[in-house]
Amino acid sequence: MSALLWIPRGAVLGLAAFAVFSPLANLVLWAVAEKWYFPHTLPLEYGFAFWERVFAPRSNAMASLGTSVTIALFTVLACLAVSVPAGYALARLRLPWRGLILLAFLLPQAFPSVPVYINVARIFYAAGLNGTIAGVVLVHAVHGLVFSVWITTAAFAAVDRSLEEAARNIGAGPLRAFLTVTLPLAAPGVLASAIFVFLESLDEFTGTYFVGVPDVTTLPLLMFNAAMGGNYQIASITALILLVPSVGFMLVIERFLKADVLAKVGH
Amino acid sequence: MDVSGDLRDAARDRPAGLHGLADRIEERVWAALLVLPALAMVALFFLYPLGFSLVSAFQDRAGAWTLDNFRKSFELYGGDMAFTLMIACLSSLLVAVLSIAIGGYLTLGENARAVALLRWLYRWPLFIPFVVAAQMMRGYLAKNGLLNNGLVGLGVIEPLQAASLLDWRGIVVTFVWKQTPFVALMVAGAMASLDRSTIEAGRNLGAGRLRILVEIVVPQVRQTLTVGLILSFVTMLSVLSVPMMINPNAPTMITVDMAYRINAHGDYGVANALGFVSYLMAGTVAWIYLRHGVRRGAGP
Repeated sequence: MSALLWIPRGAVLGLAAFAVFSPLANLVLWAVAEKWYFPHTLPLEYGFAFWERVFAPRSNAMASLGTSVTIALFTVLACLAVSVPAGYALARLRLPWRGLILLAFLLPQAFPSVPVYINVARIFYAAGLNGTIAGVVLVHAVHGLVFSVWITTAAFAAVDRSLEEAARNIGAGPLRAFLTVTLPLAAPGVLASAIFVFLESLDEFTGTYFVGVPDVTTLPLLMFNAAMGGNYQIASITALILLVPSVGFMLVIERFLKADVLAKVGH
Repeated sequence: MDVSGDLRDAARDRPAGLHGLADRIEERVWAALLVLPALAMVALFFLYPLGFSLVSAFQDRAGAWTLDNFRKSFELYGGDMAFTLMIACLSSLLVAVLSIAIGGYLTLGENARAVALLRWLYRWPLFIPFVVAAQMMRGYLAKNGLLNNGLVGLGVIEPLQAASLLDWRGIVVTFVWKQTPFVALMVAGAMASLDRSTIEAGRNLGAGRLRILVEIVVPQVRQTLTVGLILSFVTMLSVLSVPMMINPNAPTMITVDMAYRINAHGDYGVANALGFVSYLMAGTVAWIYLRHGVRRGAGP
């Protein structure tokens, strides 16, 4: 009886697996197809000629990958620089309107973003920030703040207060107690928030599309241009490159984001 | 929060009264100073441009107040507004049904191995950027894409029946594919933290699993489901790459129209009026939620 139940179960799970993975398979096939046209079900020739073009040392793709990683790293720095103090204050100190302040960081994700970016680009143009790395970093950082502030707040809240007080009692100043006790204990949570911000920046398209033009080409923008130009192979290979860090980081994120921190996110 | 703060004050062993008050004020000043840089970033690079877009929607090129931008928007893009609303609503509905089904099976499923398989399986699209998902679906759903080729190969459809799905259907498929795991993750989490005794009670009374899901489980996670759906509705109104890559020609979503007004005409008035319409769509959904969904004090 229970063995028979595997027939409908297997059919539904198989259908789910097909829905999840067959579009991905399409992407992988395009990445290794040398020749593929109608009406052939599968590529006619397989090869890595396009990979050589993408991974050539001075190729556009490698340059945009460099730009993307640079922007993502600066975005993480900008977010952590304002979020670590803010997270500590929100977790530890008496602060009026604490709930509202936490909510304020969600706002950039809670509004349709295209009109906002259009006007950011207009303001940045007047300020000379359009088409610069700094401009794109600022746009990415505002969008990433909800992760960095909420997760660092949760991470500081999860640190045992008595350890901090013990350090104060044996004579450490507030800054020293923070740097030698609280921050190291909260480090895994802070690192987790950094990973979220890094990924959000690496994958971001809309903000870069409006603010980065014409000089800043990140990997998502290069992929978009290749796709719109009809070059499916280059687009698919760059898409696969974008997938690697996302999937990789998400598989290890549970190691950094412990349950005690996770339970406090958003509180 | 306040109790532990008072305990801490006591532990510091300071005399109460004026000193304690001064300490408290000092602590608030410090807290405000520490939060200020982060808040300033949101104000400068989000609230200010948001306000700018709201004001510009009602101004002409010379800066005089007018409703012309809206008249022109409705004339040129009225159909696209309806198209956008239809896509976002239909996608949200499908996401709701699928995430309830996934969350329900993860909570009520009796076979541990099948539950584990589904848990591993359903999350994959969550990790995939929208722009990558759009490129994937562009190849997959095309007239001679892998989906049609596969169906022809299996004999499900005739070669002549193969049609391109790169219109509204392509956008809906991509949105549902990408957003279902996000909502399902939230819903499954809420279902997992339910009091199992209500489910057991239903079971003891002889209710089937589907009935338990619909009548006992879903009503208890309604709030989480709604929050997830609103966030994903707003996301669909925000994503530019998916409609631009899958269906750039009219009728299309107003996100594409906004980009077009800027890139081709430098027309900030109409672009911002369209932006205002998209805020209204998101705002209406949030308002319906606040009106009907909120039980005060119950967090998501």
